[in-house]
Amino acid sequence: MNIIIASALLGVVLMLSGVFLNHAKGKRTLAIFASIILMVVAVVDVMQNTNNTILHFNGLMATNSFTAKLNAVIAFCSMLYIFLFSNEISKVGLNDAEYFALIFFALTGVFILTSYQNMFMLFLGIEILSIPQYILAGSDKRNVKSNEASLKYFLMGAFSTGFLLMGITLIYGATGTFDVSKMALMGSGEPSTIALLGILFLIVALGFKASAAPFHVWTPDVYDGSPTAFTPFMASIAKVAIFAAFIHLFHASFAGLAGRWHIIIIAIIVLTLLIGNVTAVYQQSVKRMLAYSSIAQAGFLLFAVYSLNEISQKGILLYGASYMLATMSIFAVLIKMKDYTFDGFNGLAKKQPVLAFAAAIALFSLAGIPLTGGFFGKYYMLNGAMQNGMPIWVLIFAVLMAAISVYYYFKVIQAMYFKTSIQDATEPDAVIDVPFKVMLIINTALLILLGIYPTIVTIF
Amino acid sequence: MPIQYYLYLSLALFCTGIIGALMRRNAIVILMCIELMLNAVNLLLVAFSNHFNDASAQIFVFFIMVVAAAEVSIGLAIIVLMYRRVHSIDINILNRLKN
Repeated sequence: MNIIIASALLGVVLMLSGVFLNHAKGKRTLAIFASIILMVVAVVDVMQNTNNTILHFNGLMATNSFTAKLNAVIAFCSMLYIFLFSNEISKVGLNDAEYFALIFFALTGVFILTSYQNMFMLFLGIEILSIPQYILAGSDKRNVKSNEASLKYFLMGAFSTGFLLMGITLIYGATGTFDVSKMALMGSGEPSTIALLGILFLIVALGFKASAAPFHVWTPDVYDGSPTAFTPFMASIAKVAIFAAFIHLFHASFAGLAGRWHIIIIAIIVLTLLIGNVTAVYQQSVKRMLAYSSIAQAGFLLFAVYSLNEISQKGILLYGASYMLATMSIFAVLIKMKDYTFDGFNGLAKKQPVLAFAAAIALFSLAGIPLTGGFFGKYYMLNGAMQNGMPIWVLIFAVLMAAISVYYYFKVIQAMYFKTSIQDATEPDAVIDVPFKVMLIINTALLILLGIYPTIVTIF
Repeated sequence: MPIQYYLYLSLALFCTGIIGALMRRNAIVILMCIELMLNAVNLLLVAFSNHFNDASAQIFVFFIMVVAAAEVSIGLAIIVLMYRRVHSIDINILNRLKN
């Protein structure tokens, strides 16, 4: 629970650092230091929490070992994010202290979403996560694409907030409580129309936020238009947090009505996988391809919403960890490139072998090739859904779609290793120093480690 | 008055908001429609609060109002930023600029 307070306080400190520190380097160092503090707090939380759920703040929040582990994984990935991208974040605009502060405020929302126990906190968490992201999306003020991304993200986000609130209110009308665990009683007896309508509204709202089809239309433009330094944050950390909230709500409150909403989730999974993977094939820009691939990955994360068992909890930890690490790696390489098209990657392996190797492993993991974390992530997701009686054709469809994803991920690898180019692929003034390479290698090593010992994240 | 009346009224307001947000092209009008959606929810929450004799829903209303205010302040800032760039707040212009 300390982690929520810590991230909010660190955000305030970072915001004030803009006044007291004059050099960009000082602010960067402070942000890196703050992310390390956050990680330490997360580890302390893991050691304190047991399997018993403890309530905080009059039952508004609840923590147990699972939420603490998820917080630790997210805190670790935010630390890597700050390490890998702090240089680029400072370059986005003049207000670098504010960017770091906004990232930490968004993280406060993330940690609320992983351990809320009341719909109140669900709403606040989603808003605290979203509002800083609207600003981050538009932080490159001179770029029309960034402005467009910001406006589009804002309008879509505010629109889906309306649905979220309507859903919460209708559920409250049906049960008379905002408490997630007390609503579980709803399974007994015939559910009222208001409750079913409320669940539908909540699926729509959370589908919007998690960029599941058919509510994904904003995703490619927003991820493509935002400054590349902030896209990995939106695509990985924020998305995993939204899914943690989605899964917690549907497992704790609506499990009794599973027969009613399972069919909708199946339809959303099939649509998301189909649209995400098939559209990604036709993209010219790697950044836009990754935006579509993040929609496709959301399809796999939705399997955890369907399956109402323990495996899905392990699955979200493992899938979340490997997805976040892989996204960080590939974007850390992408941001150093001059040209974001597939041809821009030509001959990268000769000029920058470390970057090319890190990108290749990240893409292997996103595609779900064995010996990388992504393979076991997908395995746990599908296994959990199968044990909960998901129709077998959906699982086969998901595997087929993963096979399609191999095609567009491997186009990048092909460009890097088997094509040649006369000029340098990387940006001339990009900082590719030793600490950056070391962090990238650590990131890659962790992805491989997750592929060999997947239990490392579930036990710790 | 039965609770259903409030439910129908606020659902009608909510649908007005959705239709407005989807049909209108002016960013500020869309923002107003989204506010209408949130206020429909507020109305329903207060009605349910009275129905259940439970104050927590009324507290929720205050939080929604605060968050909506924060959201609008960000939204208007983004719209001003947009206006400075393209001298319009029509969201169709955005799609035209992309090509």
